[in-house]
Amino acid sequence: MEPQTDREWGFRTRALHAGARPDPTTGARATPIFQTTSYVFEDTDDAADLFALQKYGMIYTRLGNPTVSAFEERIASLESGIGAVAAASGHSAEFLAITALAGAGDHIVSSSHLYGGTITMFSNTLANFGIETTFVDPTDPEAFAAAITPNTKVMFTETIGNPSGAIADIEALADVAHAHGLPLAIDSTFATPALCRPIEWGADIVIHSATKFIGGHGTSLGGVVVEAGKFDWGSGRFPKFTEPVPSYNDLRWWDNFGEYAYCTKLRAEQLRDVGAAMAPLNAFLFLQGLETLDYRMVGHVANAEAVAQWLDSDPRVAWVHYAGLPDSPHRELAAKYLPAGAGAIFTFGLGGGRETGSRFIENLQMISHLANVGDAKTLVLHPASTTHSQLSDEQLAAAGVGADMIRLSVGLEDLDDIIFDLDQALTGAQESS
Amino acid sequence: MAERASIDGWTPPSPNQRRAILDRSKSVAIVGASSNPARASNFVITYLLSSSADLDIYLVNPREEEILGQPAFGSLDDLPVVPDIVDVFRRSEDLPAIAEEAIGVGASVFWAQLGIWSPPAARMAAAAGLDVVMDRCIKIEHARFHGGLHLAGFDTGVISARRR
Repeated sequence: MEPQTDREWGFRTRALHAGARPDPTTGARATPIFQTTSYVFEDTDDAADLFALQKYGMIYTRLGNPTVSAFEERIASLESGIGAVAAASGHSAEFLAITALAGAGDHIVSSSHLYGGTITMFSNTLANFGIETTFVDPTDPEAFAAAITPNTKVMFTETIGNPSGAIADIEALADVAHAHGLPLAIDSTFATPALCRPIEWGADIVIHSATKFIGGHGTSLGGVVVEAGKFDWGSGRFPKFTEPVPSYNDLRWWDNFGEYAYCTKLRAEQLRDVGAAMAPLNAFLFLQGLETLDYRMVGHVANAEAVAQWLDSDPRVAWVHYAGLPDSPHRELAAKYLPAGAGAIFTFGLGGGRETGSRFIENLQMISHLANVGDAKTLVLHPASTTHSQLSDEQLAAAGVGADMIRLSVGLEDLDDIIFDLDQALTGAQESS
Repeated sequence: MAERASIDGWTPPSPNQRRAILDRSKSVAIVGASSNPARASNFVITYLLSSSADLDIYLVNPREEEILGQPAFGSLDDLPVVPDIVDVFRRSEDLPAIAEEAIGVGASVFWAQLGIWSPPAARMAAAAGLDVVMDRCIKIEHARFHGGLHLAGFDTGVISARRR
């Protein structure tokens, strides 16, 4: 019997160890990459028990994989959740998380300040399936309350809005959701569990694009859904949890699995049916990323704060929206929910509209122009012509995206070099105008 | 799990205490065992009978002859052994009577499944020296410490540099 204490291990310790004890067969200390599609059964009874969820184990990598399990347990631990289900991308994680709760005729209340791709998923694909979304101002919890209908199944927002930078008042939103018997789901990609753990403020479901800071290397797509294990799915508002499930011998998710019901259903129904599973190699790379997440976020935040201040004091820059700046309208909420820093992704404008913005981006030498954030490298983007280009003008305005907005994801390069590149590109943008 | 008021004379066992309870137990009597595959008890029994768990399982239900190929006994008194754990799938109001039976046969653990909660039963069993677990699934707790929950993506709380 090994020594076991009830110690509450620290964040950095769990970032290295949670979900990844040594391999029992080989003793391998690093988590092995289980690059296999499937797993032999002990016998036919074993196979039947596994398929009926009557025992835990591996069947097929679409439903689970030991390398992916290590990643899932680690992120669940870091987010203070009960468990996690990994997905092929952050986007598929959102789709799984929502469709576990809502079907045709159901309704979502969502922040309007979301990543453009999430807005199109909600207003296009989910709408095609008969799930209606009402978009509201994320800074107004009462607006969420006012939009709730008898068919609403979930409230959705982002911890730090992409790209507007609005900070969610998580505690107030959770209170509104719970007062109406609803779960609060929150995409916390921009914050990471190093800066904010929404479950500790009352959120029920936390979603990440692991592609961003969790990996940090910009090599791999992945997403994950974490659940708190505290929500009452047996209230009657969620018949999907309390009615018999024919494909699993009429078991009931809530009766059989209690606090484990949401994650179990998410894997056994949504991941089974949608098939958006995380690749084992990607799970391995995300495990490597999580090991250093806390240290990297310290560096990202330090650089981002310094760069934001430098831009804010430069006369060539019309405006900077970063919740870490003293004059930000989101400063108070950032201090409450993100005391170690308001992340490393923010926006600024050059005035002069779309043209000046384009010239600025084309004059950058080291900073990469691409459609991603949360890489160790500094990245830049013009949302109005890229990530948010499929939105109507009204949706653009509602999402807080102006024509001259530049989004910066501040990386871990030397601060002087980041500022050097921004400086020379600002000059270049003005000279050619 | 819903928030529960505290109970005088009983503290819910910590994860490691639950692990120790399971590690030192060899036999489990399931009170309220059902032959209906849609019932949680049937689901849990299937797991406990499978290769996942190394436990002797005894099923108690006076209205059944046989469940999942195992004989069903009329009461705890009818069992051929003294079970280490009495695991209950019955309504909370039935618990004090079952706790009394469990104490009577000399069981060492009184365990009530998810959603089942009885302060009088807990006080009675704890006062008689039994370990008491309530509102917990024995399958989930077994799987927490034997790798099943880990494989299903749940946080087990286990941090270890040991091979096993």
